[in-house]
Amino acid sequence: MLSQASKPGPEAARLGAVRDRAVAGPAEPLLDIRGLGISFGRAASRTAVTRDISFAVEKGQCVGLVGESGCGKTVTGLALMGLLPLSGSHFDGEVLFRGENLLRLSERQWRSKRGRHIGMIFQEPMSALDPVFTIGEQISETLRAHFRINRKEARERAIDALAKVGIPDPSVRYEAYPHELSGGMRQRAMIAMAISCEPALLIADEPTTALDVTVQAQIMDVLADLNQRMGMAILFISHDLGLVSQACDRLVTMYAGEVVESGAIDDVLVEPRHPYTSGLLRSLPTFSPRKSRLPSIPGRVPKAGEFPHGCRFESRCAHARPRCRVPQPIHTLPTGAHVRCCRHEELDLPGVTQ
Amino acid sequence: MRMIRLIGWRLLQVVPVVLMATVAIFALVQMVPGDPAAVIAGEYATADNIAAIRQELGLDRPVWLQYATWLGGAFQGDLSDSLITGLPVLDEVLRRLPNTLLLAVLALLISIVVGVPLGILAATKSETALDRAATSIASLGVAVPNFWLGMIFVATLSLGLGWFPTTGAVPITQDFWGALHHAALPALTLATAGIAEITRQLRSAMIEVLSSQYARTLRAKGLSRASILWKHGLRNVSLTLLTVIGLVFNHTLGATVATEAVFAIPGAGSMIVSSAVSKDFPMVQGIVFVLVLIVITMNLIIDLLYVMLDPRAAKK
Ligand SMILES: Nc1ncnc2c1ncn2[C@@H]1O[C@H](COP(=O)(O)OP(=O)(O)O)[C@@H](O)[C@H]1O
Ligand SMILES: [Mg+2]
Repeated sequence: MLSQASKPGPEAARLGAVRDRAVAGPAEPLLDIRGLGISFGRAASRTAVTRDISFAVEKGQCVGLVGESGCGKTVTGLALMGLLPLSGSHFDGEVLFRGENLLRLSERQWRSKRGRHIGMIFQEPMSALDPVFTIGEQISETLRAHFRINRKEARERAIDALAKVGIPDPSVRYEAYPHELSGGMRQRAMIAMAISCEPALLIADEPTTALDVTVQAQIMDVLADLNQRMGMAILFISHDLGLVSQACDRLVTMYAGEVVESGAIDDVLVEPRHPYTSGLLRSLPTFSPRKSRLPSIPGRVPKAGEFPHGCRFESRCAHARPRCRVPQPIHTLPTGAHVRCCRHEELDLPGVTQ
Repeated sequence: MRMIRLIGWRLLQVVPVVLMATVAIFALVQMVPGDPAAVIAGEYATADNIAAIRQELGLDRPVWLQYATWLGGAFQGDLSDSLITGLPVLDEVLRRLPNTLLLAVLALLISIVVGVPLGILAATKSETALDRAATSIASLGVAVPNFWLGMIFVATLSLGLGWFPTTGAVPITQDFWGALHHAALPALTLATAGIAEITRQLRSAMIEVLSSQYARTLRAKGLSRASILWKHGLRNVSLTLLTVIGLVFNHTLGATVATEAVFAIPGAGSMIVSSAVSKDFPMVQGIVFVLVLIVITMNLIIDLLYVMLDPRAAKK
């Protein structure tokens, strides 16, 4: 297992979850996505971008959502925040947050959820911050949008948030404009803003993709810290399975707008059940037995609107058979994991070899 | 302190610009065909008469010497005398300039007061009937020639309804409301182009801000549409607005020439025209020089405001 030394093993985390459930009965998960389908465009020319997305995020859990670029991860994350354009987007299924269907919320109700109960951070920390306000002001205004506090209290809490994400001299940095900070500091400020109201869930959409490797590791530490010490649940969206495997308890693989596999991280890493997850794993330098040439998956993700009728991965899959050409339902395994592959029982796919 | 240094630095940069402007003005005036001495001497003058007048006015000296003399005077606040009346150019400029400035400033204010809300409204209602109406008005404002619009205004609002005086101006120092009343229609005429420009630029700037990544972050924080628009949107487009205001002011000042002609206003613009016709070169030089100074000053102010408004600009 690759997790940091300080992190309790995922086994322990899962046991903890089981124990919680035993006490509180079958507790509902914090976030429960059931058959979420997202399409864009008006009735006649509507294109489905995702379909039948189902997975859950338990309290305090870190769930990784992986898949190549264009698989619909960002769209899914934005849907969870109600940030997709209201006119022109159409949703199926439901997104239950603490039992409440978010897809039914009015814009007004959304406002009290966003930033307060669910926070989100984005890929580009430079363009994601308003260039003409100080980061302190941007954090304070978030607090003041959700709590009845005065400027001074907001300032204090904003400085706290900056300290929490490891920004040195937080009361000095409070006055800094985004362009005065380095990329890593900006992303920290962005995280501080998203967590300032202590949301129960943080959605992180490729938060380290725009950063260089050392800074990337630091940001991952900040997120791990929030997850473990503050018990904040995180939905970590990334195209990088390596990062996800370090930080997350559970893994959800998306391909061409569908969930193709989900399960506990070390089960999936050792024994992936879907050829796509296995392919992603084998293309990682950390996991590949032969470091010289990494086998990448041939071909590319089909565009929305051009999805095949049957298995969407079929054309790129080394294990494809004629029966893969019919629509693939998702199968639930005895472990509670899910896989969308009709051959999952007969295939023995390579995973992490260590 | 940093601001003071910056102002000093910008003022230093202005000096060569002003010098270049004086050279350009002098050269342009020299290129105008015709001999002022011949004009002054009249129809029946002999060649000797004309030569005598040329000598008296110093027009027989080399051009560079004429320029140096003029520049030396200008630095001491003496823009030399009119060839026709013999009176100081500066007095005439100061008498007429207020009329022009009143027009330009009033037109600029109208452009801002109408253009800013129109642009923001068009941006928030982007791709709706309201937006299309605002954008069509804006493009119409750009396309329609000023003098033509001025004549329409005079025909309807002044001659037809009698709401405004048709022509002329009242010095603002004598009668404030009278001056405004006289300036209203020509200023409105001048403002159409400015309204159009500000509406268009503000609309696209605001649309860009509202569809930016940071606007998405602001929504993700749970801010209301109103505070995104009026706090973050306005603050971000204020930079664009400042630049556009500078441009609109320059255009408006230039456009006063035609508007003053249509409304028979004794301003700087009409002064350039009449002085050029009578070959009164010092007069043309003087008024153009003062107008250039005004434009440069305005741009300087805009530059400094920009630095104050944009935290990123202060660094450079
Ligand atoms: N507003 C939109 N309208 C139409 N299609 C969109 C919109 N946003 C995203 N898409 C499409 O949705 C698909 C998934 O995109 P995205 O969620 O960004 O993928 P990922 O984050 O996994 O790289 C892409 O094919 C993209 O073209
Ligand atoms: Mg993405």
